[in-house]
Amino acid sequence: MDTFVQQLINGLTVGAIYALIALGYTMVYGILRLINFAHGDIYMVGAFIGYFMAFPLGFATGPSLLGLSVVLIGSMIAAALVGMAIERFAYRPIRKYARMTTLITAIGVSLLIENLFVVWFGAAPRAFPQLLREQSYTLFGNAAISKSQILIFAVSVALMLLLQWVIFKTKVGTAMRAVSFNLNSAKLMGINTDFIISFTFALGSALAAAAGVLTAQYNPQIDPLMGIITGLKAFVAAVLGGIGNVPGAVLGGLLIGIAETFVVGYGQNVGIPTTFRDAVAFAILILVLLFRPTGLLGSTVQEKV
Amino acid sequence: MKRILLSLGLIASLLFAFACERKGGPGAGGNSGPIVVGYYGDLTGRTSNFGQSTKNGVEMAADEINKAGGINGRQITILSEDDEGRPEKAATVVTKLIDQDRVIALLGEVASGNTLAAAPKAQAAKVPMISPSSTNPAVTQVGDYISRVCFIDPFQGDVMAKFAANTLKAKKAAIMLDFNSPYSRGLTEFFEASFKKLGGEIVDKQSYTQGDRDYKGQLTAIRSKNPDVIYVPGYYGEVGVIAKQAKQLDIKAPMLGGDGWDSTQLWDLGGDALNGDYISNHYSVDDPSPAIQKFVTDYKARYGNVPDALAALGYDAMKVLADAIKRAGTTEEPQLKDAIAATKNFAGVTGTISLDKDRNAVKPAVVLKLQDHKYTYVETIYPEGMTPPAAVPATSPAAAAPASPAAATKKPAASPAAAKVSP
Repeated sequence: MDTFVQQLINGLTVGAIYALIALGYTMVYGILRLINFAHGDIYMVGAFIGYFMAFPLGFATGPSLLGLSVVLIGSMIAAALVGMAIERFAYRPIRKYARMTTLITAIGVSLLIENLFVVWFGAAPRAFPQLLREQSYTLFGNAAISKSQILIFAVSVALMLLLQWVIFKTKVGTAMRAVSFNLNSAKLMGINTDFIISFTFALGSALAAAAGVLTAQYNPQIDPLMGIITGLKAFVAAVLGGIGNVPGAVLGGLLIGIAETFVVGYGQNVGIPTTFRDAVAFAILILVLLFRPTGLLGSTVQEKV
Repeated sequence: MKRILLSLGLIASLLFAFACERKGGPGAGGNSGPIVVGYYGDLTGRTSNFGQSTKNGVEMAADEINKAGGINGRQITILSEDDEGRPEKAATVVTKLIDQDRVIALLGEVASGNTLAAAPKAQAAKVPMISPSSTNPAVTQVGDYISRVCFIDPFQGDVMAKFAANTLKAKKAAIMLDFNSPYSRGLTEFFEASFKKLGGEIVDKQSYTQGDRDYKGQLTAIRSKNPDVIYVPGYYGEVGVIAKQAKQLDIKAPMLGGDGWDSTQLWDLGGDALNGDYISNHYSVDDPSPAIQKFVTDYKARYGNVPDALAALGYDAMKVLADAIKRAGTTEEPQLKDAIAATKNFAGVTGTISLDKDRNAVKPAVVLKLQDHKYTYVETIYPEGMTPPAAVPATSPAAAAPASPAAATKKPAASPAAAKVSP
């Protein structure tokens, strides 16, 4: 039982990270019908910005709550700017062409970011400084939860609630929803669609950067290619929940995280090797596409002829 | 007309380049001119601490030899190539070093997986290769041109099993291995066999792959089996994170590892979570022997940090090669590879190096304890049939054995051979 609860906690931690990244995929898809494959790399960029902020600001020497908040918020803002820049210079000029063009561009941008970072900072993993004094608390029995895990839960829940508020209670959010229904009609209603799209990228990128800094507290190893597999899994999470659906992305992220951890923790008992952890997400993707292409919470939209 | 001339010119220059290539680049064999030695290693990838340290050791040794007048009057030039820690890249850069740079010998790699990818190229081209620190047995089985100056995994796995069973009195061990690494799988196999033979039990075996980001699933499964020790034969990048996450899960059992842990970055990643863990390694910087202390001082003066075992092995590999060239009196084959294989009782920093019939070095391993960002010497474990050198001011093994192991743990400076676990 202890072990089960522990695995659940482990899975939820990983899942919360996937959920934060999946939100960015799903929001951009909702508005532009674009799978932004560079999104996983924004997660990596976020972790690197945090890394390079921590040292000159003197937060790398010891854990402090101030340091953590400054690094977290700073990297969210910086990553939001990066996300907006990518949209402005890579996606906007080709928005009027076929959707496939943007998709391929997105893959190109992803490769560009990864390799630029390899050239600039080298492929060797770096150790992210410890910004949180690590401590474990015993929940019940033997199940332990560490401070970094609590941080991940707390920050991701707060960010998700904030996002929900932005989307449903603010003017910008209303405009975002209008654009996601129909971009051209929204434009005709006087909505500055370029701004809304830009804003969506900023929002998604900030969430991904938060995920990057949070993971780095949990697993201090960061490298330029860390966004590839995590980004892909978050994408699967978005599809699982129903791409374009915000609560779906969170649900999908948590489910993928738990599924992955359970395969690692219990797979050996039923003959599934631990190394299948990455395969799980993609097996889920195939099953979803076969049996419920709209995802768990997605709705079927009838195409009118 | 102009076009014909142009293409003729192009063909001519290509032919010229080809002719030059055939005649030999900078390092064609022979008995005069500089001796060009190729080094390849991971200088920018996931295990770049390994490659950089080894390169430092190799270059320091080459400089020392050159300052002392070279080998038979010939200077050594080291050409370095970066394989980014990828096996396929290792094979490519070694081919380049052989075909284009015409090196007379190769030094590298650290990770067995990379050496195994490059070794067949060296063997086919009949260029001797000395691996400073690849411990997987398969490495030298590639052929008679491949040798190494370190011990091999059957011994290293055995050492940790003996240490766990005899010194730590562990009954139950769990293993966490890097599934895709020949190094890790080799160590696991030999640790397991030896630990079982000593009466221990392997209660759980979990695996991960290089670059994984979360290890809590495996560690939770291990925790539920309550092992006395956890053997993690991996490389520092993953191990540091595993140690940290094990601490987060409140796992108290010490972790045991191999020489793959030895890197400064291990501490950046794992921090205090590594306290109380043990590794087997090639040498200890605490060893009071003058040869080691001189090496440590010189290295610190040159590079500004304490040499890890990989730097020491790189240094020894270069020195062993130089010694072989001197004895062979030539850099021609097959004399050079025979001279390397005939290395006997060479006094290196990492111990006395003698190559056995499979061109593996036979030498003792040290067990180090990790505490507060430092490795402290615990004990030396000798291979079967090898006794501690008489030169060491240690009493006979019989007299040393009754002395409590705690004494050796507390006073590492006493003698590396003070505590001997008889095989």
